[in-house]
Amino acid sequence: MSEKWLRLIVVATMILLVELLCRVGVIPRMVMLAPSQMVVELAEILRTGQFSADIRTTFTNIAISTALSIVLGFVAGLIIYSLPALRHALEPLLASYYAVPTFVFYPIFITLFGVGSASIIAIAVLLAVVSMITATLNGLDRIPRVLRKTAQIYRMSRAKTALLVELPATLPYLFTGVKLSVAYSFIGVIASEFILSGAGIGYAIAYAYNLFENGHMYALILLVLVTVTIVNTILNMIDRRLQARRQR
Amino acid sequence: MPRLAGTLIVLLTFILLWQGFHLLVGSSAIASPLQTVVKLGSLLGTGEFWLNISETMRAFVAAFLLSLLGGISLGIVLGVRKLAGNVAEPILTTLYSIPKVVLYPLVLLCFGLGISAKIAFGVMHGLIPITLFSMNAIRQMKPVYRRTSQVMRLSPSQSAFTVILPAILPEIISGVRLGFSLTLLGVLIGEMFASQRGLGFLLTSAINLGQIDTIMAIALLLTVFAVSCNSLMMLFNRQLTHR
Repeated sequence: MSEKWLRLIVVATMILLVELLCRVGVIPRMVMLAPSQMVVELAEILRTGQFSADIRTTFTNIAISTALSIVLGFVAGLIIYSLPALRHALEPLLASYYAVPTFVFYPIFITLFGVGSASIIAIAVLLAVVSMITATLNGLDRIPRVLRKTAQIYRMSRAKTALLVELPATLPYLFTGVKLSVAYSFIGVIASEFILSGAGIGYAIAYAYNLFENGHMYALILLVLVTVTIVNTILNMIDRRLQARRQR
Repeated sequence: MPRLAGTLIVLLTFILLWQGFHLLVGSSAIASPLQTVVKLGSLLGTGEFWLNISETMRAFVAAFLLSLLGGISLGIVLGVRKLAGNVAEPILTTLYSIPKVVLYPLVLLCFGLGISAKIAFGVMHGLIPITLFSMNAIRQMKPVYRRTSQVMRLSPSQSAFTVILPAILPEIISGVRLGFSLTLLGVLIGEMFASQRGLGFLLTSAINLGQIDTIMAIALLLTVFAVSCNSLMMLFNRQLTHR
């Protein structure tokens, strides 16, 4: 509990420090707005609804790419797990997958799908799906043998074993994959919008930067930071509960 | 060895799929593997391309060294000081999952257009994973190592270099592997958004000109570079753990 408070104090002190530096003028207004002003600007754009369309586009894309990467990653993980030969061949490639700077392929998707949601979702899925595959494989590897034996003793059917024994046993590991998929979908979608797109929060931030509209820019940046922090905190809470169940 | 053969088969399948895709959608959308390699060869023959490579490499090496030094020392401090580590860890994991692109305008406003903004952006990507992995390496080190070095009355520097460092090195290398690729990603994204030089800039200008073979040649070059550095580090790590 005291650690929680300490953390809160550390974060609050940092924000206050930035606020102070901005108010005194050490950080010029051209570079950064004071945090309190960012909040005011954010409330303003949420009230006027100026960026509602962009915000909706971005969050829809993130939701779609998260869902796609979780489902695809889970299914691909199951298939790879059931074919050991394929797994042996793929494993070195999976291990170095995240070394590939995925965004480099964004231009190729643009020529395939055009500038729009489809290529943005494609790049986010490409970024997120492998962490789900790895998490699925990891979870299936770690089902204790005693659980499968118990299922056999109870003469459970294959489907029942999968649903009642194997799925709950892998759940904590699968959730790690879900958590990473969400984070990578956020990164993939917003970064693609930022680099080259005509809609979305990332695009709106880049556009505001080019026009020196610091008010809008920092409001949107704050929106992204707050959303990611909230989503991350909730996922971590669920994760901790699942991990605790595993150790029971 | 059969493992290697399997991987080779997968790679071959991938190249065949690439070729098939190329035949399906035409060379204006996707260049064939052969075209890409030929284009890369001709690009590598020009001096201008090498200027861009060296520009990217300069930013990348500087950012990577900074992330490496900063990440490992920060990680060691946070690993040794339990309270500081516990307080910092959730903050660091949240920072890690933030799409850092949204902060790029801030970096540009602080550092101006140029190589220092790219370096700062690369460090923002690479520093946190290296810190987190180093911190966990220290925390999960078996206590018996530290006690043994105490029993043998090793001096602090002796125990640091002969006991602690070898014990945590494999974990740290995993962090460095991740930090390496994220730093590269950060530098490239920085160049793609606002830069007049470097491979990322070449990519964006190729997009605007619709030169698909150039795009794919650069993507191939970067992939090969990143994957081979990564494999080297993995190989090094395997040798360490099998000793």
